[in-house]
Amino acid sequence: MGVVQLLTTNRKLLRWVFLALVLALIVTLPLYGGRYHTSVLSFVLVYVVLAVTWAMFSGTTGYMSLAPAAFFGLGVYSMAILQHTLPFPIVMVVGGIVSFAFALLIGLVTLRLKGIYFAIFTFGLVVFLSELVQHLETRLRNTHGWAIIPMNTTMILYVALGLVVVTMLAVYFIRRSRYGLAMLSIGGNEEAAGHMGVNTTMVKVLSFAISSVFMGVAGVIGATQLIYINTAVAFSTIYSFMPILMAVFGGMGTLYGPVAGAVVFAYLDTMIRNEFPRYFLLIFGIVLVAVILFLPNGIAGLMPMLQERLRGLKARLRKGGQTEQHANT
Amino acid sequence: MPILEGRGVTKYFGGLVAVSNVDFHVDQGEILGLIGPNGAGKTTLFNLISAALPMSSGEIVFKGQKLNGLKPHRICKMGVSRTFQETKVFANMLALQNVLVGAFFGSPKHISGADAAREAAQALEFVGLSAMSATPVADLTLVNQKRVEVARALATKPELLLLDELMAGLNPTEVSEAMELVRKIRDKGITIFMVEHVMKAIMGVCGRIIVLHHGEKVAEGTCNEISCNKTVIDIYLGEESHAGSQ
Repeated sequence: MGVVQLLTTNRKLLRWVFLALVLALIVTLPLYGGRYHTSVLSFVLVYVVLAVTWAMFSGTTGYMSLAPAAFFGLGVYSMAILQHTLPFPIVMVVGGIVSFAFALLIGLVTLRLKGIYFAIFTFGLVVFLSELVQHLETRLRNTHGWAIIPMNTTMILYVALGLVVVTMLAVYFIRRSRYGLAMLSIGGNEEAAGHMGVNTTMVKVLSFAISSVFMGVAGVIGATQLIYINTAVAFSTIYSFMPILMAVFGGMGTLYGPVAGAVVFAYLDTMIRNEFPRYFLLIFGIVLVAVILFLPNGIAGLMPMLQERLRGLKARLRKGGQTEQHANT
Repeated sequence: MPILEGRGVTKYFGGLVAVSNVDFHVDQGEILGLIGPNGAGKTTLFNLISAALPMSSGEIVFKGQKLNGLKPHRICKMGVSRTFQETKVFANMLALQNVLVGAFFGSPKHISGADAAREAAQALEFVGLSAMSATPVADLTLVNQKRVEVARALATKPELLLLDELMAGLNPTEVSEAMELVRKIRDKGITIFMVEHVMKAIMGVCGRIIVLHHGEKVAEGTCNEISCNKTVIDIYLGEESHAGSQ
């Protein structure tokens, strides 16, 4: 009784308990979930990282990046090339650094593009990288694609969980910092941000590069689940579009929105794909349109909306009770 | 002593000359008005000073330092801030956050979070918007959005403030309040250079006025000199409303 009361009155505590439960569930999943579910969950966590870091950059600055697949793919290829020569943790670091360096370069060249042009360029970047890597691959190795040695699924799940935690902490602190405020001001009005002393170019390039570090590391982890990779797998545009859909689906205004979106979306994706392989995309599309129409703030916006409805309903009921003797109000 | 000086300031848009060989100076502590018909080049001149646009030729000097070639954020940090003709608030933020951006990034020195928050709150209070600091700026009325812009600019701790049509679109009461605000800012020791169409306002607060027409400076002087100036009456104030009546 006392515990229930404590939880219903203390929101913060409730949130921490919920978070601990989720973490416990994830950590213990390998014990009863089996390898399949463990593996699926690892990839869901990879998507969480992509969605959260995409929202961190694009959701705040308003620059729609379609480049996640490029950085994810660089991570996948880092793993493919280095898996036999370097230990896994070092490969993750390399994947992050490669993505960071590449994003820095790309950012400096392209972040002067505005709106749809930036989106188009970043999309082209994915295709370009894919072609370039394939070309180099055939020239240098005379083969196509790489086999990835399977790794312990439990270990990968924990590594992915660790990356999620680090990502969330980083994004949390960035959002709260003056740096996050600068990113938001660029999304609000870039010209005014510049005149208020914000070094807009620096902020854009750096935040673009920081978000891509996590995408690169996510690629390294994701690669371990892919068994065989080639450029079509590693640089699949799915890895650009899914995080965006997830972030939009979950709601970009909050930290946990993209997380919720990624989890629901990734499972929905797997489920619909298994249950209705033929109507998969159709159902997917309908769900997405419905969300955009009815939940403009995503899943994260659902709770406040419901609360408001509930309050309105309560108020109406109370009013109805008082004025029962009178005519309709 | 001039705080800001422009020599031969010129801006071409393709073949069109928007600002043509304009010399001007703004004295420390004054309120200088910039008037002229639509398309005279007033906002363009402001954009050249704040580096929103690159100059075609000429030079602008602020406190002995050339501004040519600097980025807008550098100029802001040097002590020149501005507001915009069509309001450019950060519509995705609260009023206080808008001002915080100025407080955090506007001055060259690193500022702590607590100090920035205090300065932002002070700036909002100065423009009379304390009550709305937690309101999303998109929900504010035009006049209040303009006030947020002024507070945001003040939070950067400028020495020179460029006000681009602060009074446009305001009703008479709001105009008087805005005039009062402009004087209050000057009394803080901030030099003001303002573009304005509302004659009552410009004549009421400015010590000196520059008149632009087709990108050229056609007159400069005190309010009385300007309102009696034959050229100004002909080109700007029109045939009916003679400036003498002001």
